[in-house]
Amino acid sequence: MAEHYDIPMPTRDQMLNLTPFFRLTPGNIITYIILAVGLVVTVMRFTLGIGAVSNLDDNYPWGIWIGFDLLCGVALAAGGYFTTVACYVLGLKRFHSAVRPAVTTAFLGYFFVVVALHYDLGHPLRLPYAFFYPGTTSVLFEVGLCVATYVTVLFCEFSVMPIEWLAHRFPILRIFHKLITKTVILLTIFGVTLSTLHQSSLGSLFLIAPGKLHPLWYSPFMPMFFFVSSMAAGASMVIFEGMLTHKGLQFYMDTNHAKDSKLVTLSFSRAASFILMGYFMLKLIDMIVQNNMGYLFSGYGVLWLVEMFGFVLLPALIYAKGARDGNEHICQIGSIITVLGIIFNRFNVSIIAFNWHLPAAERYFPSWHEITVSVFIVTLIITVYRFIVYHMPVLYEHPNFRHHG
Amino acid sequence: MNRRKFLALLGTAGVGGALAAPGMAAAKAHVFPGYENSYGVLHDVTRCIGCRQCEEACNAVNSLPQPREPFDDLDVLGVRRRTSAYQWTVVNQYTIDDKPYFRKLQCFHCNEPACASACFAKCFTKNPDGSVTYNGEQCVGCRYCMIACPFYIPGFQYDEPFDPLVQKCTFCKPRLDKGQLPGCVEACPMDALTFGRRSDLIRLARKRIEENPGRYTDYIYGEWDAGGTAWMVLAPASKETVGKSDVGPAGATEVMHAIGLDTHLGSQPMGELTYGALGTVPLIVAFWPILFGGLYGISKSREARNEMRNKIMRAAVRQDMAAAMDDAVRRIERQQGPEAAEVARQALEDAVEERRQAALDASRFARKEDH
Repeated sequence: MAEHYDIPMPTRDQMLNLTPFFRLTPGNIITYIILAVGLVVTVMRFTLGIGAVSNLDDNYPWGIWIGFDLLCGVALAAGGYFTTVACYVLGLKRFHSAVRPAVTTAFLGYFFVVVALHYDLGHPLRLPYAFFYPGTTSVLFEVGLCVATYVTVLFCEFSVMPIEWLAHRFPILRIFHKLITKTVILLTIFGVTLSTLHQSSLGSLFLIAPGKLHPLWYSPFMPMFFFVSSMAAGASMVIFEGMLTHKGLQFYMDTNHAKDSKLVTLSFSRAASFILMGYFMLKLIDMIVQNNMGYLFSGYGVLWLVEMFGFVLLPALIYAKGARDGNEHICQIGSIITVLGIIFNRFNVSIIAFNWHLPAAERYFPSWHEITVSVFIVTLIITVYRFIVYHMPVLYEHPNFRHHG
Repeated sequence: MNRRKFLALLGTAGVGGALAAPGMAAAKAHVFPGYENSYGVLHDVTRCIGCRQCEEACNAVNSLPQPREPFDDLDVLGVRRRTSAYQWTVVNQYTIDDKPYFRKLQCFHCNEPACASACFAKCFTKNPDGSVTYNGEQCVGCRYCMIACPFYIPGFQYDEPFDPLVQKCTFCKPRLDKGQLPGCVEACPMDALTFGRRSDLIRLARKRIEENPGRYTDYIYGEWDAGGTAWMVLAPASKETVGKSDVGPAGATEVMHAIGLDTHLGSQPMGELTYGALGTVPLIVAFWPILFGGLYGISKSREARNEMRNKIMRAAVRQDMAAAMDDAVRRIERQQGPEAAEVARQALEDAVEERRQAALDASRFARKEDH
């Protein structure tokens, strides 16, 4: 029986638990400063235009709003499909306590990818035009269609948590709750299908530009690289978030969650180690087959080697060591390196090794506005995640909804 | 079976085509060869003097804003410039074998444009007259067309806060419709730009090369590059290419690179590079649910099998235990009488019940861990 008598659970009379947001902790103060500056830059972006706040130009139509907010955002939200497949499809029930946090972060990740996209688009309000004038030959159309559908799937998977919170007041929601718990396996399979498609398609986006992307990163197998690395990203994010939640949200955890988290960390580390090893081999073989050995002895070659050895092979070995020794902390270090490595890789493909032959003066570096927007979005995700954990059964099992979903 | 019969069989099976294809000149069936009788422009770099009159004409006929440097300022030629939202064509100066040359940059109007293939809102159209035009009314402003364009042509109105659009050369489509020449072609004083049907232009280019082999590199840039383009470039000869015939993209690389042209784009339309990846979409949509549904089925059935095996094992253990107890009690009865046997039976049953209860609690705990 899970113990959670100490968790400040919302009740019918006390639906809100906002006090943690009003405490004058350093975290809160930094959060509010970032949110305030972010709001100012947001107003600037939507009144003065993209050119006024960003360093984007005709050679670099895509900067960190795509390279970080979209590419990294989607990859790092892969924990959703990774965990639900492990738990529901493969029947590894011991990961059950990891499902809800993973689904929550995945939903928030994707939702805010769409939010962030509005900053980058010239005509953000026309986003649905993709469905009115479908350009079916475009990889981006496929990405858009999949992301739109997958956000919906994630919303359904996530919805059980707000329902369990709001059911005190709106009992009618229980019907929807039942429907979701009954169809969870369908949603999971639908989710992994859509994830496979758009995770890989983010790599396919660059297939059309062989002349612009450095040969060490350009490959016909980019879709596969993006998909395989997204699996490692998903597993690592579950471990990484688990570490963070234990450092700040431990009061909202029931004993089951706290007890299982070590098992989850070790098992996911083992999986991530295998995936990263596989990814390393794939990239190595691809580099050799494409006869790119010569490029290794250039600046870009060093960059590629740092990425491959420092951010793929090294975390793979760290994970293996941590999983074998049963040492959570080593695994957590592995997860941090992997998450950084995913960001590094996506930056390399979309920005650093993109337009590699352009002279240095024409290269892109993000403006402080652009960086602010990205930081703002990440802060928003963290803040909304905190709100959800303070109110909804993410890290604990709600006593009224035992043995559901 | 002789060779002829074997080949005929292969042919019927449909593999003949696939086997023979690499050796044959036949174009791939799904490559769009460009509209018949569509127009193009041949840009002869050897004739261009870098006077920028084409830039001025382009600016005038398309009512573009005045640039900072006036069009008679020829110093800008030395700066590496590219097209932008407000400059749809620019002339740059390049050097081949220490001699200066000038090349005009504008949209190449590809037969199968990368921008059109990349656009997810269908803003770009390849028109039957050869021009590639853009409809800003449905543009979302994602700028993937700019990522996709291998020639760095489309520009974006970054300075426009509320209605920023992608802009590029339209081949003066409105003028073509009225039967007029594109502004730049009309303005060129050196005849460096020749307007005509694309097929005629290729013949003309060949003729120029043939008549003056020392002047040109024998490679028509745009005939095949990126799947073929409506605007093509004839480059001067360099020390390497002079006098050589049909150098191909590899042989022309150095010269073309010197005037800022990429010969590594391949002869396929750029969009085709994504077709393989897009082709897997229906495959995954069809196969993934089956695969993961199957995995789900396997894990479910394994769970049920384990449950059944445990049940059988537990029953066997219970039977063994009961038989052993019976045996022990009967022995005690024989040696110490029925009273002692009754006490022993009671003690044994209590002990078993206690253990059973403990096991039940443990399994309940384990099951809860599982769910």
